[in-house]
Amino acid sequence: MGLVEAILLTIFTAATPLLIAALGELVTERSGVLNLGVEGMMIMGAVSGFAFAIYTGNAYIGALAAIIVGMLFSLLFAFLTISLVTNQVATGLALTILGLGLSGLWGEGFVGIPGVKLEPIIVPFLSDIPFFGKLFFQQDIIFYFSIILLIGVGWFLFKSRIGLILRAVGDSHASAHALGLSVVKTRYLAVMFGGACSGLAGAHLSLVYTTQWIENMTAGRGWIALALVVFASWRPNRVLLGAYLFGTVGIAQLHIQALGVNIPTQLLTALPYIATIVVLVIISRNRRLTMMNTPASLGKGFVPDR
Amino acid sequence: MNITATNSSPSTASDMLSVSNITKLYGEFPANQDINLNIMAGEIHALLGENGAGKSTLVKMLYGSLQPTSGTIYWKGEATTVSSPSQARGLGIGMVFQHFSLFEALSVSENIALSLSKEIRIGEVTKKATELSQKYGLPLNPEALIGDLSVGERQRVEIVRCLMQNPELIILDEPTSVLTPQEAESLFETLDILKSEGRSILFISHRLDEVRRLCDRATILRFGEVSGTCDPKQETSSSIARMMVGSDVNSISKKSSKTNDNTLLKVSDLSQPALTPFAIPLSNISIDIHAGEILGIAGVAGNGQSEFFDAISGEVLSSKHSQVQIRDNDVGHLNINERRKLGASFVPEERLGHGAVSEFKLSDNMLLARHKSDDVAFQRFGRIGMVWREMVEKATKRVCDVMDVRKADVDPLAGSLSGGNLQKFIIGRELDRQPSILVINQPTWGVDAGAAAHIRQSIVDLARSGSAVLIISQDLDEVFELSDCIAVMFDGSLSHSLETSKTNREEIGLLMAGVNASENKDAA
Repeated sequence: MGLVEAILLTIFTAATPLLIAALGELVTERSGVLNLGVEGMMIMGAVSGFAFAIYTGNAYIGALAAIIVGMLFSLLFAFLTISLVTNQVATGLALTILGLGLSGLWGEGFVGIPGVKLEPIIVPFLSDIPFFGKLFFQQDIIFYFSIILLIGVGWFLFKSRIGLILRAVGDSHASAHALGLSVVKTRYLAVMFGGACSGLAGAHLSLVYTTQWIENMTAGRGWIALALVVFASWRPNRVLLGAYLFGTVGIAQLHIQALGVNIPTQLLTALPYIATIVVLVIISRNRRLTMMNTPASLGKGFVPDR
Repeated sequence: MNITATNSSPSTASDMLSVSNITKLYGEFPANQDINLNIMAGEIHALLGENGAGKSTLVKMLYGSLQPTSGTIYWKGEATTVSSPSQARGLGIGMVFQHFSLFEALSVSENIALSLSKEIRIGEVTKKATELSQKYGLPLNPEALIGDLSVGERQRVEIVRCLMQNPELIILDEPTSVLTPQEAESLFETLDILKSEGRSILFISHRLDEVRRLCDRATILRFGEVSGTCDPKQETSSSIARMMVGSDVNSISKKSSKTNDNTLLKVSDLSQPALTPFAIPLSNISIDIHAGEILGIAGVAGNGQSEFFDAISGEVLSSKHSQVQIRDNDVGHLNINERRKLGASFVPEERLGHGAVSEFKLSDNMLLARHKSDDVAFQRFGRIGMVWREMVEKATKRVCDVMDVRKADVDPLAGSLSGGNLQKFIIGRELDRQPSILVINQPTWGVDAGAAAHIRQSIVDLARSGSAVLIISQDLDEVFELSDCIAVMFDGSLSHSLETSKTNREEIGLLMAGVNASENKDAA
């Protein structure tokens, strides 16, 4: 394997969880719900994925468990913010804190234990294509899924009727309710989709990225995913761009550090954040387009007429 | 007069829809009490009543977004429970909302598709919508985003969306309140076509002239009960108003104006770029308002009125200090409170969220608006920031008494008041200061006839006492009733001001539609 391929593969690995978590949150936010608990749901996904992979010896069951746990965790958020109409920001922050704490507790016995790796699936024939075959067709299932998810979310939001309803609910829940669309149901489903994605993104960290459990191993990736959604002005393709840009600069700065270039490491570590923000701000400078894509009722609780 | 007391009328087969003894309780409070109403096939039926009379509650029950506490709805003679709007649409009941239930970030076609219960390709929707819009004279562009459309265009979208269901009963909630006279006229033509097809229309309005021109029968609500039914063509506007209000509505008395040359509010060559994607840029607006004068600005909503109001009130500061002058002081760079201290008062369009905080008490709203301009009166122990609650409460009570604000409590939350009463409070709060300049955006928007008359009289009285008044209104009747001079705002510019006595509705209506009246005469 050449150096370029190796570097590109690490970029893919770094970007995949960001892409999945951000796409999930994008769907949640398009329905008008701001779930700041991505970090908490991710870490719960990471620990439960790791745990169930060890319990069963099967990494796929681990990934599935992570999806379910992420979804259950988001269900708690949905119940609080949608049914009880609590403040979304505060509830989301609480969810993150809860997730970090709970995962630490659950994962205490896993520290230092080797995990089960989600093995790559080698696609016959296609994987023999020089260069590209290695990059795109010798990956783990979560990578393939992230690409399907990207296409699926784009199609769902802009081509399907349910996607249209989802966007309508996010634009104006009062109008949607007046038309007889179910705001509550739509938002529950959107939040749970986000939770499932966050859970899977977490599992990618503990089953692919590193096959071990480290407390707080998400290390702020949930927050990055949240920021990507906003800076991508709620558009899936831009989330892809943002996630891979962040991954690329993140890996690049590691290599620059390794080469011993005389730049303070703190500055290099900050580089992915700066680069991602700068690029996404530049491409979203069209305010009209941004406004058209911003869910107008984002973060607002919905209380229907009696 | 031809008022028939409505007993519980059993439904007959010729009725499209009838309602028998419907009651809706909110806790103890009856929003609707034993309402009976029947709408025949092929008639335009008016539902009249003051704000808070229970019209919206009744309509929401007919459309399935609220459930009655007791009583029965008959659809074509059969007792029916309308459990949801989609069921109502399934039955053949369509609704055009007053506050449009459109999605700004979506296209016309997408908005229409959302109201259809089954999956239809967007292309199909576009095609069908275009056909309908041509058939009923409602031009629209299916690809346009709602956020870019004018209010009149949005209403057309609402109507076409409603017609997509092929409804037999169409409910229109205050459809003309936002239209130019010409737009309203073309709406009436559409309604006549619909009626001729045998469809029924329930027409909710507070404009009695329109009701008399258009409707076959009228049901009048007061305090949640039916106070009468009549044939509006047999009545006068004032006799209908009496049924709505329960007493005579005073027409406002406009004593002879004694304006003088003392200019109190001057705007010179005000231009301003659009600050948000949906805002209207202002170009070269100039006005002079003298002491004792009322200038009315007419225009269809969304032609720059709110931007203009913001520039005058100081919510948006002007680039040049002299663009806005209050009593010969340059104030373009001053904020609202500094302008208020010079004797100006401002009443914004949005009552809740802009004019008042809904979850604050009236006295707190009083303090919020006047803590700077009345800092001497409202602060205790000199101006050290200690609120003098007694004084604030006294002023609140004074305003409520003078303006006849009806409320359940001594000092209720602003949000608990009906629209008309809250508007009376907000305007009274400013009038209480005896401002030398008063700027009001939509003085009586969504306010019932009784409260509107009270508000208008107060505005005229203030002007006659020597203040300069600027009103911005979509209600052309109101503009004509109040103003000494009228100017029309279209697409961010303001026409010359015309003396009210020397102009007429047609001329103003053309200006509102962006047709320059003098050019038009030349062409003719």
